[in-house]
Amino acid sequence: MPAKLSMEGLYKVFGPAPEEAVKLAREGLDKDEIYRRTESVVAVDNISLEVESREIFVVMGLSGSGKSTLVRCINRLIEPTSGSLAIDGQDVLALDEGGLRQLRLAKVAMVFQHFALFPHRTVAENAAYGLKIRGVSPKQRREKAVEALAAVGLDAWADAYPSNLSGGMQQRVGLARALAVDPEILLMDEPFSALDPLIRRDMQNELLGLQERYSATIVFITHDLNEALTLGSRIAIMKDGSFVQVGRPQEIVSAPADDYVANFTREVDRSRVLTLGQIARRDRPLLEPQEEIAAACRKLSASGAQALLVQDSAQKPLGSVSAAQLLAADPAARVESVMERPAITAEAETSLATILETGGAGAPVALVDKQGRISATVDPGDLVNALAAARASEQPISQEKNVTAGVHNG
Amino acid sequence: MAEHTGLIEWFSPSTYGKLPFDDWVEWVVRDWLVPNFRPAFQAMQWPVDQVLRGLDAGLQAIPFPIFALVLVIAAWRFAGGGVAIFTLLAMLFIDAIGVWAETMTTLSMILTAVFFCAIAGIPLGIAAARNDRFATTIRPVLDIMQTIPPFVYLVPIVMLFGVGMVPGVIATIIFALPPIIRLTNLGIRQVREELVEAAVAFGSTPKQILFEVQLPLALRTIMAGLNQTLMLALSMAVIAALIGAGGLGLTVFTGLGRLDVGRAAVGGVGIVLIAIVLDRITQALGDPSLRKGDWTFNGTAKRLLGLAPPGPAQR
Repeated sequence: MPAKLSMEGLYKVFGPAPEEAVKLAREGLDKDEIYRRTESVVAVDNISLEVESREIFVVMGLSGSGKSTLVRCINRLIEPTSGSLAIDGQDVLALDEGGLRQLRLAKVAMVFQHFALFPHRTVAENAAYGLKIRGVSPKQRREKAVEALAAVGLDAWADAYPSNLSGGMQQRVGLARALAVDPEILLMDEPFSALDPLIRRDMQNELLGLQERYSATIVFITHDLNEALTLGSRIAIMKDGSFVQVGRPQEIVSAPADDYVANFTREVDRSRVLTLGQIARRDRPLLEPQEEIAAACRKLSASGAQALLVQDSAQKPLGSVSAAQLLAADPAARVESVMERPAITAEAETSLATILETGGAGAPVALVDKQGRISATVDPGDLVNALAAARASEQPISQEKNVTAGVHNG
Repeated sequence: MAEHTGLIEWFSPSTYGKLPFDDWVEWVVRDWLVPNFRPAFQAMQWPVDQVLRGLDAGLQAIPFPIFALVLVIAAWRFAGGGVAIFTLLAMLFIDAIGVWAETMTTLSMILTAVFFCAIAGIPLGIAAARNDRFATTIRPVLDIMQTIPPFVYLVPIVMLFGVGMVPGVIATIIFALPPIIRLTNLGIRQVREELVEAAVAFGSTPKQILFEVQLPLALRTIMAGLNQTLMLALSMAVIAALIGAGGLGLTVFTGLGRLDVGRAAVGGVGIVLIAIVLDRITQALGDPSLRKGDWTFNGTAKRLLGLAPPGPAQR
């Protein structure tokens, strides 16, 4: 099965000599040189990507990186200069006017940064716009529009005008307008950038719910890496018209491709991105409830952990003991007499933040498999180390930055 | 002549004789345009004539009290109580000074001219908004139409169309056409690019973009253009009377001819009053808050009974 959306070597050049600029770009000249020779700007520079069905593909970049141009190439609001583009294996660039219109009517809907609602139409009429253009009867399109408005929680406002709504509500209408046509692909051009941070967080969560319900493939543009990490199944970091790195959120944060990406990820809250699976270890000893405290103490000090998990005969987690508890107890007693129940369990995909927020920072976490058996463990020390190591890994980069800055100043 | 020629006059074209520009124009109009195209121009008169006759007959047939009442109600509903009272007083005054029939004739001429300006001007304005080359082509033509003194084209109009009401209306159309074209063009171009982009993204055809997004959002500016066209048409009332159009313009013109200042003032006041009334009403029509109002039977009834604000909200 072909990818939902695929691009191969896509270029978009603005200016008087697009063909020549593409040729020079293919020869590997940099953008300044191309502009000097042709007075043309390469906005999208040799982009190739594949978006799978029902994926949220986030393109993240600063303003001027070409991300808005790229997303407009997908439904040909902006005509690509060169390259190929296919949706469901169908060549989009070969479509004539009618075919392109069909694509926009039936398959690809769009949400805009500044909402782009029609001020002379009510909320319901706005939401029904795509259906009206499609020729759906007034009654049916009203029904569908109100349904889409209900999905974004605005059905009560159907007959208000957009100017009476707050920014967040207006963008919900923008979203409802796109959802009302049951799009297979949803293009979102910085839809939440104009909203307050709190409302933005709400909208992000809501979008994830809506995406599941409408099972759309989403191409999402943003300049906010936190937003990208929250929403994206995959993220592409864009700079000067080309992708610097494409990968899953964890890959972007844990292994930035270069300084440019690392610069962004420094600001990110790692605890939300790193998962327990990434830091868990399998080599930690596990205790039996009947074990003597003295033996447990030896195992603990040999492992270098701060606490150990206790398992039953079926390898299922029973509880945990910390170093302090072991030292305070009678060396001849059994582990079960000081053990804290129950053990904290989690899945490999759980983020560090989830564990930290549930107050589990002091106790070891057992990662369990489908049968409930302990597969790996996360020591409290591992948690702290993971967060600290993430910070430490930034250190050389920032020093390097300082050095280059010094050279420039000199 | 030649012996007076100093050095400086070498650079003056008139030293070498006169360019017969006037002869050329006369040749083009009298010897080429008139013999070859007079029937075509005569044919153009026909629709203007039909509309004018219909409107004039209709307006003259309505008794004064009924017409005044309808206009006052329209003023009240569209533009509010103050304008309605002014309209009532203006109508009573026009009738009292004895120029009601002339006012109706002028009104039918003006409305005919505005009607043809609208059906020609709005499509031309749309075309100018969608095509930059057409916009730059039409701009100098509009500049000429707005700056050339109407007296200049009265002569060829008489030669091509003769004298009377219809040629008067045609002169008025030429004079009043530019604003509606310019403001239709402007109104459509002012629609936010983002909204047009959204319409395209949802698969709208160019026609759908025009009728669903651009024209509704440009309506206010287009109405301002229509208002300007109406005012220009009224200001042509006296000049049109020079080539045989009747109405209030003729009253002013005869007053001028006989140095009868009172007669001229009667016609002038009539034109001014009708201009103010039409201006206020058409300006209110362009207000978007009015179009959002409740125009159902109940809403209208409430408006008339004063239970709801009769005019657009104050802003």
